[in-house]
Amino acid sequence: MAPLGVAPSCSVVRPPFGGQSWRWMDMAGTLAEKVWESHVVRRGEGEPDLLYIDLHLLHEVTSPQAFDGLRLSGRPVRRRDLTLATEDHNVPTTPGPITDPVSRTQVETLRRNCVEFGVRLYPMGDAEQGIVHVVGPQLGLTQPGMTIVCGDSHTSTHGAFGALAFGIGTSEVEHVLATQTLPLTPFRTMAITVDGELAPGVTAKDIVLSVIAKIGTGGGQGYVLEFRGSAIRALSMEARMTVCNMSIEAGARAGMIAPDETTFAYLEGRDHAPSGADWDAALEAWRLLRSDDDAVFDDEVVLDAASLTPFVTWGTNPGQGAPLGSAVPDPELMPDENDKAAARRALEYMGLAPGTPLRDVHVDTVFLGSCTNGRIEDLRAAAEVVSGRRVADGVRMLVVPGSARVRLQAESEGLHEVFTAAGAEWRLPGCSMCLGMNPDQLAPGERSASTSNRNFEGRQGKGGRTHLVSPLVAAATAVRGTLSSPSDLEDVTEAIA
Amino acid sequence: MDAFTSHTGIGVPLRRSNVDTDQIIPAEYLKRVSRSGFEDGLFAAWRRDETFVLNDPSYAAGSVLVAGPDFGTGSSREHAVWALMNYGFRVVISSRFADIFRGNSGKQGLLTAQCRQDDVELLWKLLENHPGTSVTVDLVSRTVTAGDLVASFEVDDYTRWRLLEGLDDISLTLRHKGLITAYESSRPRWRPRVTA
Repeated sequence: MAPLGVAPSCSVVRPPFGGQSWRWMDMAGTLAEKVWESHVVRRGEGEPDLLYIDLHLLHEVTSPQAFDGLRLSGRPVRRRDLTLATEDHNVPTTPGPITDPVSRTQVETLRRNCVEFGVRLYPMGDAEQGIVHVVGPQLGLTQPGMTIVCGDSHTSTHGAFGALAFGIGTSEVEHVLATQTLPLTPFRTMAITVDGELAPGVTAKDIVLSVIAKIGTGGGQGYVLEFRGSAIRALSMEARMTVCNMSIEAGARAGMIAPDETTFAYLEGRDHAPSGADWDAALEAWRLLRSDDDAVFDDEVVLDAASLTPFVTWGTNPGQGAPLGSAVPDPELMPDENDKAAARRALEYMGLAPGTPLRDVHVDTVFLGSCTNGRIEDLRAAAEVVSGRRVADGVRMLVVPGSARVRLQAESEGLHEVFTAAGAEWRLPGCSMCLGMNPDQLAPGERSASTSNRNFEGRQGKGGRTHLVSPLVAAATAVRGTLSSPSDLEDVTEAIA
Repeated sequence: MDAFTSHTGIGVPLRRSNVDTDQIIPAEYLKRVSRSGFEDGLFAAWRRDETFVLNDPSYAAGSVLVAGPDFGTGSSREHAVWALMNYGFRVVISSRFADIFRGNSGKQGLLTAQCRQDDVELLWKLLENHPGTSVTVDLVSRTVTAGDLVASFEVDDYTRWRLLEGLDDISLTLRHKGLITAYESSRPRWRPRVTA
């Protein structure tokens, strides 16, 4: 090994912040910078900062090779008390065991690794099982000012609480298991300011799809996005999670929202939230956790909430989106050559002709679920739309709660009956058709309206065609059979008459 | 990790932007629990198309991939890096890489060389007009050479140093165990724990 001294030098080296791990009240800068600074374990010239990680979430797909690495080098998990695993990507959403032997091996490998290394696991069938990014927040493990990582790009979800949360690769998973730290090069910061009031029927999903269409799938590259402004403040925690979840689709490592009374009200009383004097101490610290008024962002994007309408994607990356009320765009009119080529290819894959009104696009499947939109408010919103209505002939609608708790809560509210009465399928929790690692897949050529996060070629099944939509648009689309918003539906009483 | 100083191999022109990690390796191939054998899933959907570049025998033994902007977007799956390396790729050239993919590559010794889009276009033309052309990627001088073309590329200093030295991150970090323990003693008691 070469001595560290040979590392290339960089010009400015700031010392880490006095070893005080949470005293951001004495720091200046943006929210992201404060959380970063308060987690620096070591700062060396010409090297990335070594950052402490407060919570490490694991699932079965990206962890086996990391545990294997620990085993080979004889290293233990440094902080089992800051590590939590769940089974989500491979799990079937119909009752019974995993039938695919390769999927089963992966889940069984996670179980063996968790026993061997002493990591808590919420397996299939457990009351706490669910999609990793739904489980953390609902347990109260996701809290303001933390650093949170997981071998999953949608870890950005947890940023809704003012945590710095981002996806990592398997080598980094092994690194965190062994050291509870990560060497990281500082991110740049981008403010996404959304002021004004959303019109009825316009949701957090429409905000984030609009942002991605505006800045592109590479627009956030190298940045942490901070969502702010009155429209963001007005969102519930679950809606904020939807926004931060899709930050990665703009290329950003993380999305964040400063904690406020909405955040604290969500956290209070949850299983792992502080209580008693600890709650008071935490609250005092959390209230000071926000970007300074004079903080400088490297970039800023401004959106007027009132101008937003229901938004859907037409192409094969999340930046290829347009208002539902518009038409499939014409690639030949796009000024950028790369955009033009990508759009041509996307339309060919999607089987769409330029100029087709998006409202005329028929779907075969509607998927309501995922770490983007599989929480209780999403199910409530969709249930309200399908209540008293029927899923259109020839359309299948899958409703997959994000976690076992979400499922139980929905059932206690009777939402499952609303969905099944409408002709939808009520499933068990997991990642499901978001990426089709379990049997929930599109057949070649099938088209879906999906509340998930990626419309990549083949993402939901080989040859499958995906339109990303909000839960409200998903529900209305299920009823009409073509991409629709609730305002396109006939009144329920008329429909029955 | 093996040290990387310079690599010469057949260049493969992949004229596509936004090559996401679902395209590099679809989810159905992610179920293995080892780090090897992922080459069968590399660009699996595209390889079913006989006109796909890797199905052309002149490029099949390629080891330097030249792709459009925003390479490696989407999922954090390190399997994308394993699939490229298991197939035989040592270098990916693009004008813009997704952050997580670039990080994962650096951990495994796959060089992500960031060139100007103009140079990528020139490389594409050269490799398409002369299939089987060798490309030399030199990490010491940060240059890509192919035929008469010489282009510079960017890679961050720290990753370059680690690649040149073949250093493993975990061993480097564990040198600072004392600092990690010291940090832990300053964490507030109200931070959550998974287990009591």
